[in-house]
Amino acid sequence: MTPETRTYPGAERPARSYRHNADGIDIAVYEWGAESNPPLFLVHGGSDFAGTFDVFAPLIAAAGYRVVAWDHRGHGDSEHAPLYGWDADIRDALSVMSAITNNAAPVIAHSKGGALMMQLADSCPYRISAMVNIDGMPSKRRMPDVPDHDQSRLLADSIGSWLDFRHEAAASERKPGTLVDLAQRRGKMNPRLSIEWLEYLVTIGAQQDADGWRWKLDPTMRFGGFGPWRPEWASLRMAALNMPFLGLLGTIDEPMGWGARPRDVLPWIPSSGRLEVLEGIGHFIHVEEPERVSKLVLEFLS
Amino acid sequence: MNTVMLQHNKVTLALHEVRPGTGRPLLFLHGLGESAAAMSTLAVDWKGPVWALDFTGHGDSSVPAGGGYSSEILMADADIALRHIGESTIVGRGLGAYIAFLIAGARPTLVRGAVLLDGPGLAGGAIHATSNTEITSGGDRTGTTPDPWALIELSRDARPPTYTTTFARLAVSGSGIADPIAVTCKVAPPWVEAIRAEPGVMIDITLQDALDIYASV
Repeated sequence: MTPETRTYPGAERPARSYRHNADGIDIAVYEWGAESNPPLFLVHGGSDFAGTFDVFAPLIAAAGYRVVAWDHRGHGDSEHAPLYGWDADIRDALSVMSAITNNAAPVIAHSKGGALMMQLADSCPYRISAMVNIDGMPSKRRMPDVPDHDQSRLLADSIGSWLDFRHEAAASERKPGTLVDLAQRRGKMNPRLSIEWLEYLVTIGAQQDADGWRWKLDPTMRFGGFGPWRPEWASLRMAALNMPFLGLLGTIDEPMGWGARPRDVLPWIPSSGRLEVLEGIGHFIHVEEPERVSKLVLEFLS
Repeated sequence: MNTVMLQHNKVTLALHEVRPGTGRPLLFLHGLGESAAAMSTLAVDWKGPVWALDFTGHGDSSVPAGGGYSSEILMADADIALRHIGESTIVGRGLGAYIAFLIAGARPTLVRGAVLLDGPGLAGGAIHATSNTEITSGGDRTGTTPDPWALIELSRDARPPTYTTTFARLAVSGSGIADPIAVTCKVAPPWVEAIRAEPGVMIDITLQDALDIYASV
């Protein structure tokens, strides 16, 4: 079977790709730009994969960087792990980064990747020389119109449903479809991105089996919608950072976004940093306007 | 002990029958770094069968590569065991006490009382944002139980009181038992301190007295 392919204007697959063993978890790593250039790390968000940088990464690499990205465990071409966790993601990141350099390097991180990297920057400040956080600055959100007893019922339902799923997780698999089906499904989560881009993403982030395409994302990764983690903890870490910091925030909320507004984020921007608000843009700022964002980022890094 | 192997996603869990009996089962959940075998020596007067679970990465259960532990995953371990043995009363020690408490809130109709004992892993980590240290290898003991990643991650998982009190309220509202949680712990980290103040949580009670109450539920 010859896999269907798509191209997209400006999209470039990485110059190098290889596997990295992160203490037993097989991680897929990608690089754009010359190996001799100074490293810069690109970190994707939750339920995403490094291929979403295929337009943005070459623009950064063209400025003289060795751009390194990886698929988080369970995402893209990385191994489907037995367990997933916030600290495990950070540990995998450190493992990949350490294999490239033990010196501080700039990091550009999107969404959940931004929150992960703020924690890493807080705990290992000697690892990150400058940070660009693309809409990965979560803030405290409430359900103001939902009474307490209904919130408890929603939580009980959410926990019960997640526990039920754990019984079946071993046999779970992603629903197959045509390339166009998968692009349209993802379009519900990414309503501002073009169908041409989404179809291109399918050819990287999904695999073509005999009965159709399936996203590679581990089907056992179902988040419960509950847990002890509080989004505002990311803000506390952000305020403490001491390296040059650029936060980028769009003004249009999307299903995969954090729903953070400039007034939520601004009080927590570190004294070493600034926040750029991009009007009329959604959660995938670097995908919607790669040239504008790369210019902003490169000016900041210079 | 008879042992049943149960599948939880990619992990194989060992559930041991400590002794047979007639009536509602009693389930033991061990502390951090311990095992069902160590917990099975706990002396209790209980007519029903007594079972003890090895959590993921502990005892005779399998060790997942690369860590990623959370108390919620261990709560799901307990739920896998409950589906096998049915409606049960639970005794948890240390980390197992926290898991017994969580599953009592998550499955209030299946858990007929949870007794919380002192033991390793009772406290958990901070109750707010903290900084990690740079550790990227589990060391020479990787792949053996107790899994080093379990010891690292489950000794520092966050247990904010606002989170734990919610589980206490779910246990009370969903179980139909007046006092579905019994805290015998002498040590009171913030999450224990918080739930001790909740209605439906018995304090100043012994393990056997709590079991006698739950046996009659």
